[in-house]
Formats: sequence, C-alpha cells, structure tokens
Amino acid sequence: MRINGVEIEDTFAEAFEMWGARLIITAHNERWALTAAQAATGFATSIIGCGCEAGTNDLPADERTPDGRPGVAALFFTTSRQNMEAQLLQRVGQGVMTSPTSACYNGLDAGDTIKVGGKLRFFGDGFQSSKLLDGRRLWRVPVMDGEFVVEENFGVSKAVGGGNFFIMAEDLEAALAAAEAAVTAMRAVPGVIMPFPGGIVRSGSKVSSRYKGQHVSSNTPYCPTIRPLVESALPDGVEAVLEIVIDGLEEEAVGEAMRVGVGASCLPGVVRITAGNYGGSLGRYQFHLRDLVDA
Amino acid sequence: MGCLACAALMLDRGGVTLYRKESSPIPVEADSICPDRFLGRGPAEIAALPAFYGRRRVTLGDLFEVEGAGADNITVSGDLRHVKKIGLGMSMGRITVTGDVGPHLGAYMSGGEISAEGTAGDWVGAHMKGGRIVVQGDAGHFVGAAYPGETRGVTGGTIVVGGKVGGEVGARMRRGLIVVLGDTGEFAGAHMIAGSILVFGRLGARPGAGMKRGTIVAFGDAPDLLPTFRYACRFQPAFLRFHLRRLGESGLSIDSEPADGHFRRYLGDMNELGKGEILVRDQPQ
Repeated sequence: MRINGVEIEDTFAEAFEMWGARLIITAHNERWALTAAQAATGFATSIIGCGCEAGTNDLPADERTPDGRPGVAALFFTTSRQNMEAQLLQRVGQGVMTSPTSACYNGLDAGDTIKVGGKLRFFGDGFQSSKLLDGRRLWRVPVMDGEFVVEENFGVSKAVGGGNFFIMAEDLEAALAAAEAAVTAMRAVPGVIMPFPGGIVRSGSKVSSRYKGQHVSSNTPYCPTIRPLVESALPDGVEAVLEIVIDGLEEEAVGEAMRVGVGASCLPGVVRITAGNYGGSLGRYQFHLRDLVDA
Repeated sequence: MGCLACAALMLDRGGVTLYRKESSPIPVEADSICPDRFLGRGPAEIAALPAFYGRRRVTLGDLFEVEGAGADNITVSGDLRHVKKIGLGMSMGRITVTGDVGPHLGAYMSGGEISAEGTAGDWVGAHMKGGRIVVQGDAGHFVGAAYPGETRGVTGGTIVVGGKVGGEVGARMRRGLIVVLGDTGEFAGAHMIAGSILVFGRLGARPGAGMKRGTIVAFGDAPDLLPTFRYACRFQPAFLRFHLRRLGESGLSIDSEPADGHFRRYLGDMNELGKGEILVRDQPQ
C-alpha cells in the first residue's frame, strides 16, 4: 500500500493499558492558561524516566471551560492509579497553583476519582474554604494574587498508551517536515497527546540492553549511523527516522490520531511509514497501519 | 439581570393533579402533598390522605379534586395562598404549583424539585437538605432558614427565587445555595455557618450578622454592612464564575456575565469566627 508514493508497511503499533486523567486549566488569558498547563505537563515525555506522560490538548469548539475563562486541557497518563495521584499532586501543586491567575478543574467524567484539590487545600494553612455544587467540590486556596481554585476530585480511567508510528525518510529535513505536519494535524484530535518534545521523538527505544541494570536502550535497528554494525531495519535510501508516540483516553482516539498522522506525514522525501511492536505479545492494543488508513 | 426559565411550563403535566375546591383564608396544612406519600397510591387513596383545615382534621379529598396517578409528578392548582407545607420532607419526584402558595414550601426536603409559578410564603425550603426549589415570583421571610430554636438551617440543595424575598434569608444555613434574583430584606445570612447566598437585586441591610463562614454575594447595589465586617481585597473570584455557569447548565437561565467582574471582599462577622465573606460587585460605570 502506498499513499503519495510512500509505502505503508503491513505492520501494527502495539499499545498498552495505562491510567488517564484530563484536567481543564484556566487562567485570566490564554497565555497564562497555556503557561500553567505547560508547566504541569513539562518533563513528562516518557513513563520510563518521568513518572508519567503528559501533554496539552486544545478544547473542542463546543466545550466551554467550567469558569468561562480561557483554558486548555492537560492530559496525564501513568501506569497505575496510585502513580496518577502522586503525579497530579506534584504537578498541579507545583505547576498550576504557582502560575498566576490559574484554576484547575476535572475534565474527565469517570466513575473512579482521585483526591487532588482535597489534599492541596492544606496549602491554605487553615484559611482555605470550599464550595459544593451539584456534587462537585471546589477548594479556594488563598494565594498572593487572589485565590487558587482547584477541584477536590479528578476522574481517572483506563486509557491507552504507546500508539506509535515511524517516519522513514531519505534525509533528516524530509523526516522532520513530515513529522511536524503529522503532529500539527494530530493536535486537532481530541483526547490524545503526543508526549515527546514537539510531539516527536528521535530516541526511540528497545526493551533490552547489553548492560546489566539497563532495561531499555537505543532502538539500534533504526539508527542510521550504525547501520553496518547491527541488523538494521532501515531500507536502502533511508537516512533518518523519527517516531511519533500517541497516548489517548480511548482506543478510538488513538487510532484516529494515528490515521490522521500517517496521512499527513506522507510527504515528498518520505520513504516508508512503519510502527513499533513486540510481536503482539505484550500490549493489549494493536493498531494496524493499513487498517487505519483504509478506514 | 437574568430571569428564571419557566421550566415548569414546558413540562408534560401528567401524573397526579390536585385542584383546590374552594378559596378560603383558613390555613390548610397539606404536608401529605408529597411524592413520597403518593408513592404506590391511586387517586382514591391519595384523596384519603390526611390534612388539616384550620384545626380540623380532614382529608386531601375534602379540599382538593384529585385526578391521575403516579408519584413523581404532582401538579397543584387553585387558591393555595393559605396552603402550608406542600412538599414537606420530599425526597424525590417533582411538584409544580401553578399559583401563589403558602408557607413552608419544601421544608425539610432532601431531593426532587418543586416549581412554584407564583409567589410563596415564609419559610420556603426551611431546613432543606437536597433537591431544588424554584419560585418564579416573590417569597416571604426566612427562605432557607432555620426554625426558631434550631442551630442549623439548610444543609444542602438549591433554592432559587425569581422575585424578592423577606428578611433573614438563609439564616443559620450550613451548606447549599440560595439564589435571589430580586431584593432581600434585612439580615440575609444571619448566623450563617457555610453555604452561599447570591443576590442579584439589592442586598438588604446588615447582611451576614453573626456569620461564621459562608458566602453572600451582592451583584446589585452596595449593601449597608455591619461595622464588624472588614475590607479584604478587590478581586475576580473564579469560583463564582463556575457557580453561575453550573446554574445555567442546570436549566436556569441565569446570566453568568455578572460573575465576570471585580468584587470587593469583606470578611466577618468579626464578632464570630470572621471567616464569612460578603462579595460586593463593582457596578459598571
């Protein structure tokens, strides 16, 4: 199968079950809403070293923020529910509460919840207060620019992490242009994030290493500079590879983002689109590239 | 300022209908008019439920024409100005009152909804625990308040009054929300323990006297505050924007725009805990 002359390899991305949360972060204006969201979702590229994967998501056109101010959605993904609580406490506490004019609301209607605002409230040193409306409790924590409003509980649900595809190109410029185009298109898909810097990762990994105590290492079959030294996965004419990883609150959203991203990345200079998997033995979800683009 | 959505007018008024047979100034106690009491009863059994006509024990059937069946949608019509305690303690369902209604409407209710399309007497939603009461017109004194001798009034739910209310709205309330689109009488939120009172008209004098915690918001003209309230700051409370938008989403066409402005925050009553707040909106120039 080819799109715009780009080969779509007959393979699949293998993705895993994670826990997801969605926060709506608002502020006095868009700049500060985004600043707070970026602070909270910073250093959250990979679960391997960051404790969670996170990113921002534009609000759908038909979704208004709970307080009517400018806002963005911030999505968080962890491997366990307990980790989610720990991560949100740190990231909302240090990234959102500290940011001028911010407020933080639950953006995921889920049966299971974790307490975040209900713990951060103690920062108020006894002067915090709460408001309960329709079962939603907001904490008002006094801060130096007024008060920080944070919802007591945030919904958490099972989610999907690790959707992916690789862009193999005849040079770095073509790979980067294709990846940027893909990420731009994928950002319009609600409920997904691309957690790596700018949505793109160059240091794809494999789950093995020759060093004791090192569990993951560089995805050497895809590294062009050592092509003659390894069992390379790179076809002739491919000089650079970039990967896009997708986490989503639902399987359908991840599939849709991959479909959109693969389509947008089939640009001149791109040789092949492929995906990473472990033979289907580890992950619960499989996203077959050709099925996605056929849909 | 926003007006109330007349949600009741859009309802299919199926269920049970009670029509007052006569007009009389003699007070009627009709706490049997309650979805919980109608549950599993047909028209004849509903008509046999007890009521008081003055001090005389009667039945609902002596006072009302009863039609239909079903507990979760009750419509009450006719001259109800002296009919007390409709919806007392209700926990589910809906009551629609098509005209003016007497005191104690929805007192002690814990769930469901009451819609009064006219005015209501004193003690609307006294000791309410949950659910919602919407009064399209004016209401009397002690809306959402505690009865004499009680230390806590409303502990949950929402009361919305489209017109003005009398004195001591929300007195001793512990939790919940009272919205008044018109003016209030004196001592709104007196001895309040927590909860919120939002007033879109003029907030009467001496609001929050003796309050410990809780919020009173004056969207209209600046009220006369007690000297035991102290100015804290001028700010834009995000929680208020959240509050008004949620109310709008729940079917009440309350304009959320007034919450977007600046408010002056006064803390008191310093004779008590001093953690209560009165927010006074800056009036547009």
